[in-house]
Amino acid sequence: MKPARFDYHAPASVDEAIALLARYGGEAKLLAGGQSLVPLLNFRLSRPAALVDLNRAAGLAYIHEAAGHVRIGAMTRQRAIEFSPVIRRHLPLLAEATTLVGHLPIRSRGTIGGSLAHADPSAEYPTALTALGGQVVVRGPRGERTLAAGELFQGYLTTTLAADEMLVEVRLPAMPDGAGFAFEEFSRRHGDFAIVGIAAIVVRDRGRCASARLVTAGAGPVPVRLRAAEEILEREGLSDAAIGAAARRAAELVEPPSDIHASADYRRNLTRVLTGRALRRAIKTLSPGGGEGRVRGSS
Amino acid sequence: MSDTLPVHLTVNGHPREGHCEPRKLLVDFLREDLGLTGTHVGCEHGICGACTVLVNGEAARSCLMLAVQADGAELMTVEGLATAGRLHPLQEAFREHHALQCGFCTPGMLLTALDLLRTNPRPTEEEIRHGLSAVLCRCTGYQGIVAAVAAAAPALDRPR
Repeated sequence: MKPARFDYHAPASVDEAIALLARYGGEAKLLAGGQSLVPLLNFRLSRPAALVDLNRAAGLAYIHEAAGHVRIGAMTRQRAIEFSPVIRRHLPLLAEATTLVGHLPIRSRGTIGGSLAHADPSAEYPTALTALGGQVVVRGPRGERTLAAGELFQGYLTTTLAADEMLVEVRLPAMPDGAGFAFEEFSRRHGDFAIVGIAAIVVRDRGRCASARLVTAGAGPVPVRLRAAEEILEREGLSDAAIGAAARRAAELVEPPSDIHASADYRRNLTRVLTGRALRRAIKTLSPGGGEGRVRGSS
Repeated sequence: MSDTLPVHLTVNGHPREGHCEPRKLLVDFLREDLGLTGTHVGCEHGICGACTVLVNGEAARSCLMLAVQADGAELMTVEGLATAGRLHPLQEAFREHHALQCGFCTPGMLLTALDLLRTNPRPTEEEIRHGLSAVLCRCTGYQGIVAAVAAAAPALDRPR
């Protein structure tokens, strides 16, 4: 047996799952898709007293669109998101980010809620949630609360969720029609975690850049929104010169870590290179109309 | 606590059952409890893909699932590919194109490729390479595997 012993519970409902979390007082782990947790169990890096398996809990896997917002159940598989026409139509950045999550056999099991709650800063979904201005709905014994990305991610593999709280839903505003987008990342092998990734969204209005969104993966302990680089584009437009200036500014805005995969300097350089690449590709995907309006939630 | 739980599932079209501790991985259950040793155990943390099986028709790592999670599921393993003593067209293509040497990754390659071709029946070479990047091979150099999957695609795209 690879994992250490644990009590196993497969509750049929969210309420039951939360009651179990409360009962074990922080010694239980929620099991969603298992693509990050089970490796930790196999190595015995994680030895929880109990696993609360959400795979039998009803009503947690869905994709609904209404009134310009998309709601995604926490247990929705990444594979379902990848092939969802609703996601392709309203959140093409999320569809593209999904194709970069591991490999197809990983996405068969992996879930959006699990990935966000795991909060790996090199993963695609925390960055996509930040770039899209989304929120997560969290439920616990004291009721429900809604958190923006900046309120959810606290540090490396750490969120602000309490031990008896559970992420139940992801809410994302639909991208403006015609918005340009790209998720660029660099990894040594296809499907590996990104050494650095950049999500870019641009909205053009009569030749100007009405709004821009740039968010990193892997360049800090949490996804970093590159507001000062976005402002360069919103002020100077989408010319090559402005893109170059925004990319250089992006590299100044990050404090990346050094580890066995890459040095901080290398990651900073990648931030500059990938910001330029992401912006150039995002501009190519702008429809002629250019996506009037602003990215919702933009400050 | 050594409590075991019953696991009832369908493997390659046949109902099977067993009892195991909740911490037993699906791949170990297949090999040790059901005697289906065609599925290989490689890295045991989801990187190498050797243990890939189809769970309800979708490729998944059997080292990243607990056996109890497969209760009620329909599985396909490499043992289920050949029918009536005849190799599956994908297996024929692997033989034809020298897509295996030691054979360790082959069960995972076959089931990953099967899922890939069902999802995308006529993939480009680049799409095949992306799809197969889910499984590591340490000896063929991949060329033969990519050629085999490309060659099998038209045969699998026709109703059999």
